[in-house]
Amino acid sequence: MSKARVVHYINQFYAGIGGEEKADTPPEKRDGTVGPGMAFQTALKDVADIVGTVICGDSYFNEHLEESSAKVLEYIKSYDPQIVIVGPGFNAGRYGMACGTVAQLVDENLHIPVVGGLYPENPGCEMYKRYGYFVEVGNSATSMRTAVPAMAAIVKKLAAGEEVTEGFMEKGLRKNYFAEKRGSRRAVDMLLKKIAGEEFVTEYPMPVFDRVDPQPAIKDITKARIALVSSGGPVPKGNPDHIESSSASKFGKYSLVDIDDFTPENGETAHGGYDPVYANLDLDRVLPVDVIKEMLKAGEIGSLHDYWYATVGNGTSVANAKAFATQIAEDLIADHVNGVILTST
Amino acid sequence: MRLELGDILIKDVQFGAKTEVKDGVLFVDKDALAKIAGDDERIKSVEVFLARPGESVRIIPVKDVVEPRVKVEGPGGLFPGFIAGVEQVGSGRTNVLKGAAVVTTGKIVGFQEGIIDMSGPGAQYTPFSKTCNVVVKVEPIDTLKQHEHEVVVRLAGFRAATYLGEAGRDVKPDAVRAFETKPLLEQAKQYPDLPKVVYAYMLQTQGLLHNTYFYGVDVRQIVPTFMYPTEVMDGAITSGNCVSACDKNPTYVHQNSPVIEDLYTEHGKTINFLGCVVTNENVTLADKERSSNMTAKLVEFLGADAAIISEEGFGNPDADLVMNCNKIEKKGIKTTLITDEYAGQDGGSQSLADSTPLGDACVTAGNANEVITLPVMKTVLGYPEVANVIAGGWDGSLAADGSITAEIQVITGATNELGFNYLTAKTI
Repeated sequence: MSKARVVHYINQFYAGIGGEEKADTPPEKRDGTVGPGMAFQTALKDVADIVGTVICGDSYFNEHLEESSAKVLEYIKSYDPQIVIVGPGFNAGRYGMACGTVAQLVDENLHIPVVGGLYPENPGCEMYKRYGYFVEVGNSATSMRTAVPAMAAIVKKLAAGEEVTEGFMEKGLRKNYFAEKRGSRRAVDMLLKKIAGEEFVTEYPMPVFDRVDPQPAIKDITKARIALVSSGGPVPKGNPDHIESSSASKFGKYSLVDIDDFTPENGETAHGGYDPVYANLDLDRVLPVDVIKEMLKAGEIGSLHDYWYATVGNGTSVANAKAFATQIAEDLIADHVNGVILTST
Repeated sequence: MRLELGDILIKDVQFGAKTEVKDGVLFVDKDALAKIAGDDERIKSVEVFLARPGESVRIIPVKDVVEPRVKVEGPGGLFPGFIAGVEQVGSGRTNVLKGAAVVTTGKIVGFQEGIIDMSGPGAQYTPFSKTCNVVVKVEPIDTLKQHEHEVVVRLAGFRAATYLGEAGRDVKPDAVRAFETKPLLEQAKQYPDLPKVVYAYMLQTQGLLHNTYFYGVDVRQIVPTFMYPTEVMDGAITSGNCVSACDKNPTYVHQNSPVIEDLYTEHGKTINFLGCVVTNENVTLADKERSSNMTAKLVEFLGADAAIISEEGFGNPDADLVMNCNKIEKKGIKTTLITDEYAGQDGGSQSLADSTPLGDACVTAGNANEVITLPVMKTVLGYPEVANVIAGGWDGSLAADGSITAEIQVITGATNELGFNYLTAKTI
């Protein structure tokens, strides 16, 4: 049996080019293994050959997404691989996103399997795990020792043409198959177990939506303390916290004390999901600071919370959004806020 | 109420000079069948074909599938409200040509009719590749509106099945199956220590070619009601809908209602099967609220400890399923649901249009969006070009060579939500 041809995608750090200061390295390719590729080659022995390594700086990849995607895909394709390994990206945010994007590119364009390794909380995981076999790895490079054999085990199975059924994180895709019993019989069996209080396994775990009951209306708005919160990305000019344009990993908290009106000089949007021109000309369009300040002065609202909170909803996972909301809500409660104007895009 | 089903096992179907059953072979007098099926001034022509398991035959577009039967003892007759009068069915003896089916086809009525392949990969997805099919191709006169067209074809199928079923009137069945549910208080007393189970039977009633009939009444117009399980086994419910082929219930599936059969298997052993609540899937919120309230009330009223709830169709009816589940569970009655999924062609989307944490026991009949390629068949009965317009197909589904690439949604019975089929889905 001939050896399977494998291409490995890594970032500038693992290629030994440099750290954050070299994160703007554009895509390149090198024949054979680079960095962690050697450990993979050792684990894969005579089953598969890493014929080439494609490298890209994390910042470069994410900031020149279209160009770097095309280039990386072209480099991968040039080696005519049967399998692609990405990372492992551990819990590195931008590296994880790059690994995931490469997995999607390969899956959708080359239709060959991808094997990766990500820490479950890496934002790239939730978004991209469906595009490949992503092994659950630790949150830093110290777990490389366990990550390599786990990923290599899947590559070996793929190289042998075997079905891969375990050892990776669920892709979250629904796949049909024929059961041994017909549906009605399975329903009766499940009901019998449920009646008996025995353990049963549902065939379709229903998604749980976090439904929020509308709160009663504020009785006297002229006495109420109001706050502004937005997922439309309204941030001070320059985006001081570097909130991501998509799949935000954080939110910002900014003082409203010295701003009565947004101008092109004091505010902008960090959101990558809509045309920013009109938001950047007048950010009040996303967060109505001008109007709320006028209403405050006119006594139409009681008082204003001193800060606004901003994040980007674009592609942001429910898990992240929930975590932000929890922290923001604690802040608001501590300041006795009665009502929130929550804007999106 | 006690019903006996006398199964006359049909191994083959052939054309013959006389319609009769001989040694497990159903012989069909083609001309006589065409004449009876076509006995409606709104019908222009009827042709009859045969399609047997394993043959290289495709039937498209499939409208309904009906099992040929004959009532040999007891009150009532076949398809009450349509062929027979509205006398109560569900008792006595009905003989069944088990293994035979009438499949209606012809010019398309709506967008949601199906495909049956008798061999190849598509055959595994449809229960009707295993039956010996008498295919009745009905063409109506040109001036009919769509809903009239649907009625005409539906009735032609019932007449055909009734005519063929007559051939079993004097044939000794190979096996007789008996089912009995007593009046409620007696039934409760018969197995006092077993958990009491009710079947909440949801029927497609969104209107406009989305109808189902109970003793000839459009179920959209009923408030949920109670029925003996044997009534449906004896033809009380008939299909009248053109929803997606994969998860609409052909009349055949109601006649052989699988949850009822499987609950009867456990009746007196592990459960006490009290009966069925028939309910609808109407489109307005008030109707949904009223029907789910009534359904939950009836299930409780009957004294159920547990219930199976099955859906028909998808999307809008998901809301009815969830309402029924929530309201029944909140009465302390345990539920198991049967549905199917529309998770996108890649399986990555949310499967249902509504959801409830109380729906923790759910059987899925599979993802209807999964794509399949159906290879060329030697014979196509009907109109293969409708593959490009039926639900689950797209412009270009029918390739130049005659193969069809489409979602399994196009296959009759593929993801049947009464649990008639074996397909299911898992998360990978």
